[in-house]
Amino acid sequence: MPELRMNQAIREALADEMRADPTVLVLGEDVAAADGVFKATEGLLVEFGPLRVRDTPISETAILGAAVGAAMAGMRPVAEIMFIEFLGVALDQIVTQAAKMHYLSAGAFSVPLVVRASSGAGLGFGAQHSQTLETWLLNTPGLKVASPSGPMSAYRVLRAAIRDPGPVVILEPRALYGVRETFDPDTVPIDGLGIARRMRDGDAVTIVALGQMVRVASAAAESAAARWPADVWDLETILPWDRASILESVKRTGRLIVVEENPQTGGWGNEIVAYVSERAWSSLKAPPVRICCPDAPVPFAGKLERRYLPSEASVADQIQALCTDGRRLTPWWEAV
Amino acid sequence: MDILQELGRPNVTDSTQRRGLLHSGSRASLLDRMVEIRVFEEQVQRLFMKGLIPGTTHTCQGQEAVCVGVASVVRTGDPVLCTYRGHGWALSLGLTPVAALGEIMGKTVGCTGGLGGSMHLSDRSVGFWPTIAIIGAQLPIAAGAAMASQIRGDGAVTVAVFGDGAVNIGAFHEALNLAAVASLPVVFICENNLYGEYSRIDRTTAVSDIASRAAAYNIPGVIVDGQAIDDVRAAARAAIDRARAGDGPTLIEAKTYRYVGHSRSDPAKYRLAGELETWQARDPIKLLAAAIRPEAPDQLIASLRERWEGVMAEVVETVLAAPEPDVRDMFRHIYAPIQ
Repeated sequence: MPELRMNQAIREALADEMRADPTVLVLGEDVAAADGVFKATEGLLVEFGPLRVRDTPISETAILGAAVGAAMAGMRPVAEIMFIEFLGVALDQIVTQAAKMHYLSAGAFSVPLVVRASSGAGLGFGAQHSQTLETWLLNTPGLKVASPSGPMSAYRVLRAAIRDPGPVVILEPRALYGVRETFDPDTVPIDGLGIARRMRDGDAVTIVALGQMVRVASAAAESAAARWPADVWDLETILPWDRASILESVKRTGRLIVVEENPQTGGWGNEIVAYVSERAWSSLKAPPVRICCPDAPVPFAGKLERRYLPSEASVADQIQALCTDGRRLTPWWEAV
Repeated sequence: MDILQELGRPNVTDSTQRRGLLHSGSRASLLDRMVEIRVFEEQVQRLFMKGLIPGTTHTCQGQEAVCVGVASVVRTGDPVLCTYRGHGWALSLGLTPVAALGEIMGKTVGCTGGLGGSMHLSDRSVGFWPTIAIIGAQLPIAAGAAMASQIRGDGAVTVAVFGDGAVNIGAFHEALNLAAVASLPVVFICENNLYGEYSRIDRTTAVSDIASRAAAYNIPGVIVDGQAIDDVRAAARAAIDRARAGDGPTLIEAKTYRYVGHSRSDPAKYRLAGELETWQARDPIKLLAAAIRPEAPDQLIASLRERWEGVMAEVVETVLAAPEPDVRDMFRHIYAPIQ
């Protein structure tokens, strides 16, 4: 079984789908001749040629618009947006074009495109290159949004997204590109989007996370496991999220912690807390808790950026407090 | 042969056949379709003014030679993407009046069953892609459709249509540049009707000839008289042939004029004095009728109008009598079904 970094797993997923389906193409800035700035498209130009692996100008509206048009014409384009922030200059093409065309044509056109974008904090890229921004996309019926938590997850999500008949945005946690995992791509089931993955089994508390927070949540759960075994879930797909699995888990454990890499205001954790509270109120032994980032831009200095992100220690402390006496810990920024 | 005899009964039932009528090259058919569009748009305006249609609408009286002329030289099935001023394009490309008006009135007989409305007409069977109501957004999408053709080598040429108001938004520049550097088989057609919404072009745009923008992308820029349908057809045909041969995109600027305001709520008080009358003197329907029957063009137009007014009255009856969509229909087609 090979050991793959996450960027290599992404490259394998692209290559495997391109071999299986001649309609799959890759386009974006420096994805072809330069092998991609994160090396997630390495070698694709050599194997598949310049018609299917295309360097583009620095023109996100053109990249995404072209992906929409090619998809409507029957291709399966995978567009790379180098940093998710760059989606901001081209959001129309995803939210108002791609996500609406199946609906507006009463099903005559489908838009099977994938947008891959690196996202998240942790690498010192500063306030304009470290956001997650999936919240820009969430109230867009017609769109799917996913974020992998590691190499195997990235491989599975990308292949499922390419096969999906509609538009999918994948946010790839940039800090995980170099993370390694040993798995066999040939035996990973490609079972579709919208399925949350149970990372750990437990009955003391349900922990829900996405992207690079899955590793934080899992590590914290590991340290607390002896006393408070947690049911840890990787949502993997955030639109649509796996409501049934999470609701079932919380009804069983009676406690919920959401770990989210987003500013406090307007994050998707609120949606999960609201949905579960409305439906599992009588099962709850403690108030649902959300661990997230402060309402601040992502700071550059290493010390500040580390503090900005939810930490393993903060999640472990919250597990302890919630399971011991139903207490929500005050976020650190409310005490400084 | 008498022209009405040559035309036969108006075809209002089959979009592919309707498209074929324009491909015949018959000038009578071109004139007939332009009159159909004029009468249709007048009917739409009346229905709006009576309060029978909610929302807004953007009609195209005065611009008929551009849509009919281009549709007559685009291969059926090749993608055409245009704007929310799209009724004329819809009818030119083959959509039936019932499918168009039904959609504009939000009825089940509409081309998408009332999900779209006036700004979102479409008929995939004739290559009429959903019309797009965000300024300029269709240009990069058209480039993508052309990219698909380039990869597959299917010989299709995509046509992107937009107004002069779209040439100052980023999507225009990004799409033309991408199409140029990748030599994509796409033709960009600007309907320059001199006004972007309520603002005259000289107050919003640094050049008076949109075609001059082509120089920035090293592609041909062609100005054509948008009121003269023969000129429109010749320019479009040349650009399509060039694209199909693999020589890349062309920017065509059709100089034209809308006789009505931007949308239903706009009385167009911003027009220059005498401007409307000057353009109406070169009305595209009058020009073609005069070429076909120089001795009595007005009589020819009147007889065509009469038959279309009769047809449209029936179309309105049909649409008014058609059912509204079921509430559950809003949930259909949000996501494409997984095979």
